[in-house]
Amino acid sequence: MSEFLSGSLFFGAGITLLFYEIGLLIKGRFKLAVLNPLLLAAIGIIALLRCLGVEYQAYNQGAQYVAYLLTPATVALAVPLYEQLELLRRNLAAVLSAILAGCLAALGSITLLCRIFALDHTIAASFLPKSITTAIGLGLSEELGGVASLTVAAIAITGVLGNVCAEGFFKLLRIKEPIARGLALGTASHAIGTSRALEMGQVEGAMSSLSIAVAGLLTVVLAPFFVNWV
Amino acid sequence: MEAIPLRYLRQFLVILAFSFAGEALRALLPLPIPASVYGLALLLVCLCLGLVKVEQVKSAADFLLEIMPVLFIPSVVGLMDLWDVLRSVLLPAVVIAVASTFVVLAVTGHTAQWMLRRKGGGKDE
Repeated sequence: MSEFLSGSLFFGAGITLLFYEIGLLIKGRFKLAVLNPLLLAAIGIIALLRCLGVEYQAYNQGAQYVAYLLTPATVALAVPLYEQLELLRRNLAAVLSAILAGCLAALGSITLLCRIFALDHTIAASFLPKSITTAIGLGLSEELGGVASLTVAAIAITGVLGNVCAEGFFKLLRIKEPIARGLALGTASHAIGTSRALEMGQVEGAMSSLSIAVAGLLTVVLAPFFVNWV
Repeated sequence: MEAIPLRYLRQFLVILAFSFAGEALRALLPLPIPASVYGLALLLVCLCLGLVKVEQVKSAADFLLEIMPVLFIPSVVGLMDLWDVLRSVLLPAVVIAVASTFVVLAVTGHTAQWMLRRKGGGKDE
């Protein structure tokens, strides 16, 4: 059984869509932010693969065709961004300062915490790029002397955290402006946060997409100054 | 007006073309920028210049954006293989992830909101 499933090309993609559907059902039934369909699906799939004795590698043989669409989907973020261009132009100073402040806050807080925990330089360097999109973060981690797999894990966890917690956190902190919400989600939680921002609204989605690119580039420039401190 | 499936296919072609152009730029330029970000920037520039009309990509783009959370599932499931690496630094990793995510959400959100309100703009649509 596990041998057949491991060799299947459609098993991985199939259960990815199936568990997302189940996640949507559960979310619709209970309406709690913690019951995030993305998180539920990932947990469900990990549990299923463990039970069936199927390796991640084998699952990903099929699932990679789902992830394949990630680059086109990121390119498609240009559309909401284009539709909100006027709004962006009017608020350019606020937008850029907010993203810059967010990047500095990310690097500063990670540096500080790594020192408090007295983490290895290698591990700290792997955590520094954790708020930016995987494709930029991986290259940066390598450049700083980090471990690629740790960076991937930190980026994924950060994305899911932002996706799950942002809404409640915004309410708690009284962050109400759609522009501010979008920028915060994109800067803190890259594309996984942006997929949540798109659900909140057009403006949130556009600002969040913009933050992925700007925060990614700013972090590449700023991180080398912080890596000496960890 | 062409048939709907064909329209989707054509729009998807445009988006794939920009993804491909992004890959080409990534191969040409020695910067740590992913193909997808180049593709995003190129498509945005072409939309602004009117070389691509928004109706020529809108339906396919909306479809891709709506299913975006699903596209992250395989990489999040990948955490199952990273457990051995993560276990040794689990507590610091979780504290750092949670604390820094909240700090960034708060700092970015409040900076933006403060500047927007000082300017008196923001909620005017």
